[in-house]
This record gives sequence, C-alpha cells and structure tokens, in this order.
Amino acid sequence: MHQTAMTAREIEARLEAALELVQYSRYSAAPLASALAPLTRAEQEYVLRWAEVICKTNTDLAYQFVANAPQALSLMPPPTVDAWIIRAMDVYDREGLYPGCAILGRAALFAAEAAAAVNGVALEEMSHVLELFVQGLSGRKLRIDVADEPYTDTVSLFLPDRLHVFPTRDDNLRLYKATVALLWAQTWYGTFRLSARHADALPDLLERYPQPARALRVFNAFETMRLIACLARELPGLHRDLMALDDLSGWREERDGPWAQARQRLAAPGASVEDSAALLEAHYATEPPAPHCYEGVLHVELAERAMRERIARERDQFRVALARLRMEQAPRGGAVRASTPGRFELRALPDSQYPERHEFSLTLDGQPLAPGADVRALMDSIIQDLGNIPEDYLVAAGDGGYRADMDRTEGGTETTREQGVFLYNEWDHARSHYRKDWCVLREHNVSPQDEPFVERTLRKYAGVLPELRRTFEALRGEDRLLRRQLNGDDVDFDALVEAQVDMHRGRESGERLFIKRRRLERNIAVMFMVDMSGSTKGWINDAEREALVLLCEALEILGDRYAIYGFSGMTRMRCELYRVKRLDEPYNDEVRQRIAGILPKDYTRMGVTIRHLTYLLGEIEARTKLLITLSDGKPDDYDGYRGDYGIEDTRQALIEARNAGIHPFCITIDNEARDYLPHMYGAVNWTLVDDVRRLPLKVSDIYRRLTL
Amino acid sequence: MSAAAHKARVLKVEEYLIHEEPYYQPVGKEVELFEAAYRNGLPVLLKGPTGCGKTRFMEHMAWRLKRPLITVSCHDDLTASDLVGRYLIMGGETVWVDGPMARAVRAGAILYLDEVVEARKDTTVVIHPLADDRRVLPMEKTGELLAAPPEFCLAISYNPGYQSVLKDLKQSTRQRFVALEFNYPSAALEKKIVMHETGVDESMADMLVKFAGMTRNLKGSGLEEGASTRLLVHAGKLIASDIDPRIACRGAIAEALTDDPEMLAAVNELSASLF
Repeated sequence: MHQTAMTAREIEARLEAALELVQYSRYSAAPLASALAPLTRAEQEYVLRWAEVICKTNTDLAYQFVANAPQALSLMPPPTVDAWIIRAMDVYDREGLYPGCAILGRAALFAAEAAAAVNGVALEEMSHVLELFVQGLSGRKLRIDVADEPYTDTVSLFLPDRLHVFPTRDDNLRLYKATVALLWAQTWYGTFRLSARHADALPDLLERYPQPARALRVFNAFETMRLIACLARELPGLHRDLMALDDLSGWREERDGPWAQARQRLAAPGASVEDSAALLEAHYATEPPAPHCYEGVLHVELAERAMRERIARERDQFRVALARLRMEQAPRGGAVRASTPGRFELRALPDSQYPERHEFSLTLDGQPLAPGADVRALMDSIIQDLGNIPEDYLVAAGDGGYRADMDRTEGGTETTREQGVFLYNEWDHARSHYRKDWCVLREHNVSPQDEPFVERTLRKYAGVLPELRRTFEALRGEDRLLRRQLNGDDVDFDALVEAQVDMHRGRESGERLFIKRRRLERNIAVMFMVDMSGSTKGWINDAEREALVLLCEALEILGDRYAIYGFSGMTRMRCELYRVKRLDEPYNDEVRQRIAGILPKDYTRMGVTIRHLTYLLGEIEARTKLLITLSDGKPDDYDGYRGDYGIEDTRQALIEARNAGIHPFCITIDNEARDYLPHMYGAVNWTLVDDVRRLPLKVSDIYRRLTL
Repeated sequence: MSAAAHKARVLKVEEYLIHEEPYYQPVGKEVELFEAAYRNGLPVLLKGPTGCGKTRFMEHMAWRLKRPLITVSCHDDLTASDLVGRYLIMGGETVWVDGPMARAVRAGAILYLDEVVEARKDTTVVIHPLADDRRVLPMEKTGELLAAPPEFCLAISYNPGYQSVLKDLKQSTRQRFVALEFNYPSAALEKKIVMHETGVDESMADMLVKFAGMTRNLKGSGLEEGASTRLLVHAGKLIASDIDPRIACRGAIAEALTDDPEMLAAVNELSASLF
C-alpha cells in the first residue's frame, strides 16, 4: 500500500520520540523535520528507523545522521547508505564520537569512495590470504597491517586499506599481491641487511647525502630493480603479474642510459644490496625513473629498529636453544661437564636450488645435529637478517641464560592471549553487524574456599548418591554384543540354528549369523558455564554449587571430560571468567574447594562467555562437545546489555558455537524462560527446573538423558 | 594389447611376489637398517608424515628380500579377529578362515600394518607376542599358537604428526620395534624422484619441489600438512600429460591439501607465482 509522505509536523513528533529529545535538549527536531518532509514515506520511515537504532548507541550520532540523511539518500542507493551508517558506528565504537560524526558529515565523500570501491578491494577481505601467501613464500611470518603507503618494517607489511587503482577487481587484487610480494622481497633478499653487516647502517649512509630523502628515493629505485630481477629468477609467474601491471599502468622501461646499465648490473644473480649502495653513490644526482604502481616506500629507521630488536632477541634465543641441544646430546645419566663445554660449529653447504644461498648444518664436537623445527626456523630467521650465523652466536647460553619470556614468540593477539586477556566481537542486532573486539574477557581462578561444603553436600545427599552412581555406571562405555550381524567376530549360534531349521523346512534362511562386539566409547567433552551473577545470591548459589558437586561425582564415574567455568562481570571492558575446573584438570581437593568458592558477583554478559568457551572447546578433540549453561535469568549487564540486545547477542554466540560443532544446552530456574530461551537455544535445547531445591539432583539427571 | 592384459590377475596375497624393482630413492641408511633388522628377526616401525614414501619403501624391501608383502591399512573398526581370522559358516558347518596376519605368519611373508594407531586397542594383544622375541601369534579361538618362521617380518607405520593425543602409540608397543624415521627428502633428492616418477624435465621438477616447500611453510598455520612427495608426483604426472602447471597444482595439490577457501586462494596464488 502506498502511503503518503508525512508532514514536517508529524515527522517532528516522531523524531522527538526517536531521538529522545526533551525540553532542555540542545537539539531541536524542527529543522531536521522540515529537511525530511520532501522525502518519500519509505525514505522517511527508513531514516526514523535508523535514527532510533543509532540513538541506542549515542544521541549526538543519531542527530548527525538525521541531519545528513537527506543528502546521503540523494547520493547513494539504500545498501550503500546502510554501509555508510555501519562505518560511522564502527568508527564511533573504535575512535569516539567526533570521528564517528565526521563520517556522517561527509556523505558525499563516502558516496564517491563507494562508487569507486565497487571494483576496488578492501585489505580486510584479502589480508588473511596475503598473510598466508607471504608465509608460503618464506618461513618467517609477516603480519599485514594498514598504512597510507606500502612499506615494511620487517615485522609487518603495511598496505593501504583499499585499492581502486584499476577499473577491474581482479587487477586490484593483483596489485595487492604484487605490492606484498615486493615488500616481502625486501625482507627476503636483504634490502635492510646492509645495516646489519656494515659499520655504516643504512640510515647513516643516507644521512651522508645532502638530501637524504632524495638518496632514499634513488636507493629505493635501485633496490626495486634488483628485487624485481630476483623475483623474475625465482618466481616467474609473479614476475609476469608485475609486467602485466606495468603495462596496465603505462609504466615504460627505458632501453638505454645509466638506468638501463644499472638494471643490467642489478639483474646479475650475485647482485646484493651493496651493489645498490654503490650505484647510489654514482647516480645520486640522476633523477630516478618513475616508480612502479606496486612499489612501496622505504622506512629505513623503522626497519632498522625492528631488526635490531629481533637480532638481539634471536641471538639470545639461539644460544638458549644450543644449550638445550647440548643437554639433549649429553650421554644418558651423565651431566654435562663444565670441562668439556662442547664446541658448536656451523658448516655452510651450497644450496642446490639457489646458487647465491647456502644450507647450514650444525655440528657439536664434529657430530652433526638435527635441530627441531623451531630451532631451524630460528636459524632461518637469523640468516634472513644477517646473511649467516656469526661466530659469537655459537656459544651455548650458560645455566642462568634461560628466561621464560625468551620462548615467547612475537605477535599481538597471541601475547595478549597468553596473558589471559581475550578480545571478542559482539553482535548488535539493530545494526545487524558485529562490534569488533568489543568485549575484553579475562580468565581468573576461583579462590578456593576452605569450607567443607563438598562433604556437607555429600552427606546431605547420602541417601540418593548410591542410586545416582548406579545410573551413571550403567551408562559407562561397555562392550555390547550385537547379535544377528552380517559379519562379526563370532558365530551367532542361535541365529545359525534358526537358519538351518529354516533351510530344512525349505524356507528362506537368514543371513545375519554373526555376533559383533562393539565397544561404545564415550568421547564427550562437556563445558559447564555457571551463572555467578549477583542475582544468584543465597539459595540459588547454594543449589548451583550442590548441583556441581553431584555432577562431578557422576561424571567421575562416567569418565567424560568436563570443565566448569563461572562467569560474571560488569560492562564490556570487564568480562570475567572464573575457572573452577579445566578440562584437563583432575577432580581434586583444590577443585572441590573452588566449587565451594563460587560466589555471586556482578552481571551476566553471556555472549562473550559463550564465545570464549567455544574457543576453548575448539582447542580439543572430542566426538561430542557440549556446552551446558546453568542460569537464573536473562542476559543482563550494566552497559545496556539487556533486553533484545543481550538476547540477540547470546543467540548469535550460540549460533557460532553450533557452527563450531558444539551442542549448547541451558538449564534454567527462571520461570519466564519460555519467553526467550527457545529463541536463544532452540525449542528443545533447554529445560526449566521450577523448584530450585530440586536443581542439584535434576542437573545430573538432565546430563544423563542428554548424553544417552 | 592382448585380451589377457585387460583382465585383472587373481592371486593369493601370500603368493604374490613383486618382480619388478619398485623405484625407491634411499634418503639415508634405511635399506641397510631394515635388512639388518630383518636378518635378526626384529620388527620395524616406520615413522613419518603421509606421502613421504613409507609404503613404497615397504614394496621396495619386499622386492629386495623376495618375500610376499601383505599390507593392512588399519582403520578404527579393525579388530583383532579381522587380523587373526574368524569362523565362517559354509554349508552349515563352521570353517576357520585365516586373517591377513595368520596368513603372513604361515607364509613367512612381510606383514605391513599401515597407520597402526588407527586400529582398535585390542589389536595390540596380538601384535605384542609377534613383535618381541617370542615371535608367536596366539589364535585364541582355535586354541593354536602360530610360531613365525625366520622369514616372517612385521612392520608397522605411524604418523606422529596429526593423530590426536588419544591415539598416540603406547610405549609398550613402540619399544618393541626398530624405528626408522622418514621425512620429506631433501630438495635435490625430491627433484630426482619427481623427475623419475613423472617424466617432467628438470626445471619443472625444480618448480614443483619449490612449490612443495612453500606449502610446507604453511604447516601449522591452517594446513595440517604440507604437500607430500606423492602429491608432487601426481601433479607432475598431470603436467607431463600437457595439463597447464597451475591447473595441475590446483587439482593435484591445493585441493588435496585443504577445503578452506582462503587457504586455497593463498596456495593457488603461490603456484601462480611460480609457474
């Protein structure tokens, strides 16, 4: 049905409601409303709907949106307008109000970018593939990161976040790949190696020229020539891509003159960065040729700094690794004597594949060693920086030389993960998008409580415990004989006799004459996620703890792997996960005391907890993976994580868990659970225990039925 | 080709001898070591990643020692009676039928249990007495004890790389065997193998080996294993049949390694960089 457009007055009223404008607000809806009045009804509704959604994030942002919406709608089709809004909200989440509003204020710019981007490529969609590509080319991992101009500091490769240089998407993809390959070549063929080997580090060398920036440009031009020649020799397919891109961008190689001669010199297989440095000296005054479209810039100081750090670290790591190797080589039972320190030697053998490179083999007192993959990777990395392994590296570290942090590899998220801090996305159903790295989750141990809670519980349930144990014993994986099978380990004589009788009577005889022995192996890993929110205070908390005690008793009989985690927290910045029992931890006194130590804390942010436990379950191998939540109510957190928002995020997290092969299940004591749990967990994946006092026994019973 | 050439030959496994030398390029002293173990009646454990030549090595050794080779590929439903034998019913009577293990012991053959950790735990019960100095196969159901002749040899293989911790080879089993470690051959050797097996020229073999190295760099970062020598041989054969190298690498190597679209894209970009 076609509806007539709303008048300015009608819109004003709706806007005031949507933006929650009140009397004393510094905004007035009137000018906005009159700007919206000429739009169609559908467009007006669209603006009002989004205004409401954005308002839940921030009122100022919503106001900015409405103010710019008419222009945006005239410039972009609705899907692009959606993208514009989402981008603004992402920026708001990450950088704050002002940058977020700036995006909304520049609708025209976004429209132009979007139009260009149809055939462009975003780094985000390519970065993982490019990372793998680079790692395939050489052993050392290089991260892909965003910067305005392409360059590398030898740890990361920096690339522009979008490319729309060429009219087709494929060519833009090819440009990303070529740019990455050339940056990788800088790290692999030793553009920065000069600094490590020479007394004269690359930055100093450039500083000596009257115009260091010019010297850098000329040097980069020579290095690019040398690296392209290296790629042409070793990666001919890639070189074809480079030439195709040159053609597309109209880049022409000059056929003669000093640059052509230099190119020839640098194309020789033995050419190194020293040749480029020498050529720089000779040709400093000459204007270098135009850069290729895939050529990056050099940031020599950044590379220098990163290399210096890495070289020092890897030197220590290598010497520690040698010490470990010597320990392993020591004759069994005998300690390494100080008088025979063991001499490490390195022999360079010409590499069969690359004439300019060497394969290195490590010996200890003349005996060849076979270092593990990690040590070999370390050697490769050192050789990549220095060209060889210097003599002073070959001294094993002393006894005190080992520091735990040396074993730690570099890498952003990995290190934070090692420190027990995890970042997770959160689903915003109004935007239909994730908020990136929105929640900060930390793992803690529950502080053990020295109170005989477990004993008390076991005494309390002493009457029913034997029965509980018996039912679980019956579940334990035992050999089951399957009769009347087509094949099997033994003859099923009952079936055989019947078959014989049938045959004698002239009837059709059965063919299933064997017994098969089948061992039912329970390969189950289960994760219990226990609500530790403030609302569980009192008897609910007691019931939860009692339930866990009985459950542990039962699961110990069954032999299933299980873990127990409590969760609580306040706001997205402080999501806490409390370890009661890890999957690989035995059920011991400490775990018992931790169960006793489960206390009500703050709020219930369920999504992030589910995502983290999904990650933990993903790390292990099991045929069946279960995630069972014990809860007393809806998801609820201090910073607006309630109502639909909380439910939808939890639902999304559960969908992610299911996609990871995990079966989620929820046991709740909330009498209103019927209203929201089916939506979150699915119609059959939850159960309501309406009497809290029955919870302890019910939980074990539910678990038994679940895994039957 | 004559009509006979189209028909598969029917032979009993314990009578099948390998007459033509299977191509095998030794990497170290594994041939000598295996022969010495064989002469001393010691069982052998082959360790190594998939496709690095374990099975080919066994064929080569069977040819060298002129013994029949009985190979059993173990799977998680393989029981002790699948190996030893069972009663079957024929015309109303039960008849004992030997399993491959009993046949191998009777014939003095080489028994090769491929990927032995995949088999059920109860198979160790029959492997153990065969693998130590008793060298007997107890046949519980017939009440017999089969003593192995000197020619009999037991070999098992095991890939320490990718099986789950649950399926690790038990110490009590592995400590009965002489272990031979296999790994991907060095680049030069691998090139030689690819050339011999496929007929591609040296520069193409060079590229294939380089490509394998690239995929092995990705092991642990999304790939469970890098390209094995076997996959290189497959790709080489396709290339020798005039398939474009990039298409051959995609079909024979990339798709065989992974289903992950991003990983596939990366691996395909790597092969496109080379060829």
